[in-house]
Amino acid sequence: MSSQNGKNGKLKKKPAGLNVEKIREDFPILGREVHPGKPLVYLDNAATSQKPQVVIDRLSEYYAEYNANVHRGIHVLSEEATDAYERAREKIQHFIHAESSQNIVYTKGATESINLVANAWGRKFLEPGDEILVSYMEHHSNLVPWQLVAAATGARIRGIELTKDGHLDLEHLETLFNEKTKLVAVTQMSNVLGTINPVRDIAEMAHRAGALMLVDGAQGAAHMPTDVRQMDCDFYVFSGHKMCGPTGVGVLYAKSDLLEAMDPFMGGGEMIEEVHLDASTYKDPPWKFEAGTPNIAQAIGLGYAIDYIRNIGMDVIHAHESDLMNYAMQRMRYFDDITVFGPLGTRGGIVSFTMEGTHPHDIATIVDQEGVALRAGHHCAQPLMRKLQVGSTARISIYFYNTTDEIDKFLSALTQVREIFGNVAQRTV
Amino acid sequence: MSLNGLYKEVILDHYRAPRHRGIIEEPSFQEGGHNPSCGDTLEIFVRLDDQDVIQAICFEGHGCSISMASSSMMTEIMEGKSLEEALDIVRIFEGMMQGEAEFPDTDEYLDVISLKGVADFPVRLKCATLAWDTVKRGITRYQSSEKMAEE
Repeated sequence: MSSQNGKNGKLKKKPAGLNVEKIREDFPILGREVHPGKPLVYLDNAATSQKPQVVIDRLSEYYAEYNANVHRGIHVLSEEATDAYERAREKIQHFIHAESSQNIVYTKGATESINLVANAWGRKFLEPGDEILVSYMEHHSNLVPWQLVAAATGARIRGIELTKDGHLDLEHLETLFNEKTKLVAVTQMSNVLGTINPVRDIAEMAHRAGALMLVDGAQGAAHMPTDVRQMDCDFYVFSGHKMCGPTGVGVLYAKSDLLEAMDPFMGGGEMIEEVHLDASTYKDPPWKFEAGTPNIAQAIGLGYAIDYIRNIGMDVIHAHESDLMNYAMQRMRYFDDITVFGPLGTRGGIVSFTMEGTHPHDIATIVDQEGVALRAGHHCAQPLMRKLQVGSTARISIYFYNTTDEIDKFLSALTQVREIFGNVAQRTV
Repeated sequence: MSLNGLYKEVILDHYRAPRHRGIIEEPSFQEGGHNPSCGDTLEIFVRLDDQDVIQAICFEGHGCSISMASSSMMTEIMEGKSLEEALDIVRIFEGMMQGEAEFPDTDEYLDVISLKGVADFPVRLKCATLAWDTVKRGITRYQSSEKMAEE
């Protein structure tokens, strides 16, 4: 599935290192039309990625051949299911270079992972007056859980400002640290600006100040090599569905001493050792945090999704997306009515933009008629929208199966937008 | 389903040159509307005469072409109507968007009838209905507060 040769007619435009045409054959959905004669051009990958056939097959294989509950039954199916479920945990461990698979907690997604930390760590360790630092580019899922825990504990949330070109203002961050700082929670890659944050440096700053570091990898893990030990973060969270995996499964990585010290998040079956009527003892991490029957098929599916993207290579994926992003950014510059947000240099494959005189929802509707799926709205980042002084933006987000041809289709759809909205004065009498 | 049905010239015209856009100082009532998923916001201001007829109606807000054009058309139609007439018109509008009612085929309703095409784009329906939901809520609230004041 991965290939270094680009023996394709469109070699001139094609970024080296990835046989995209061949890869696209692995994704059945990429072959469909969304309107008559309009094949799908899927540029909403930051919302969720598409799934390769191998992941889809492994989900039905589980249900067809070894569906059983995990860690319970003393029978073959349960043993097989448990094996596959725990093997997927090991794949996740290696994927993010965690110390051990016991540092990997299954959740239903990045959002739940952050809520888990906010509740299991935050409610236990935060005290009135303690400070949590978040940035203005965070997704609501890295804001609201902290607001809830701050309200419950008397802790306080402070915001890291952004520079004009859409980076975190590290000088401002430096001024925010004090003896009350307990946690810095920052995204690895902005889901609006595409900014890739220097999370390793920030973790170092946090640790110097005696604070912990949580990295929101929802947009990071899927698109670039990730090494939590090199990053030296204390918590790392991401979702399976944004990286070719199923919905309903996500990951919390945390350092061992933290997982030991944290309270359980939810109580129930699976997570206990001994239960009495009025008290219980709990399993060791990570199982202490996995109450109830987990999303077994989804966890197993995520393991295979990781096999799939690792086989292509995270470096290769990142390079291909950067090439496509640069290609799109360069050509969008020719539209004098388009404003692109975020850094100009290195960034992830996400481009948010507005068009003068045209609301992002109108852009989305018009390009959809050309088969182009993009996102319009506030992208669950309202504080950032306020900073950018826009109500919403349109956004394309790229994955490794996208092509320059698709970017061209998107650009040509933008000219349609301009045709409809650009000359309204002349068109109406 | 084509874009021509959605982006009719009359809709784009209302979007680019909205009627009744602005605020009314000391209105008889005002009402806010909001589409949280897309961030569209709307504030409608209404001034009534002593017979409870809409003497002036304005809107202010941010949103897509459909929501702004629909607001413009709504305010244009509502001017000069009694509150009961206004509620009837909202009901017909709601029915039209569900394919269950029609406005009379007269000049007065020509513009608003053009919004019918939005029904082919289900995700955009709420853009078209925001102004009408908002004015309906505003009228209902006004009427119940008047009733309470009488009692």
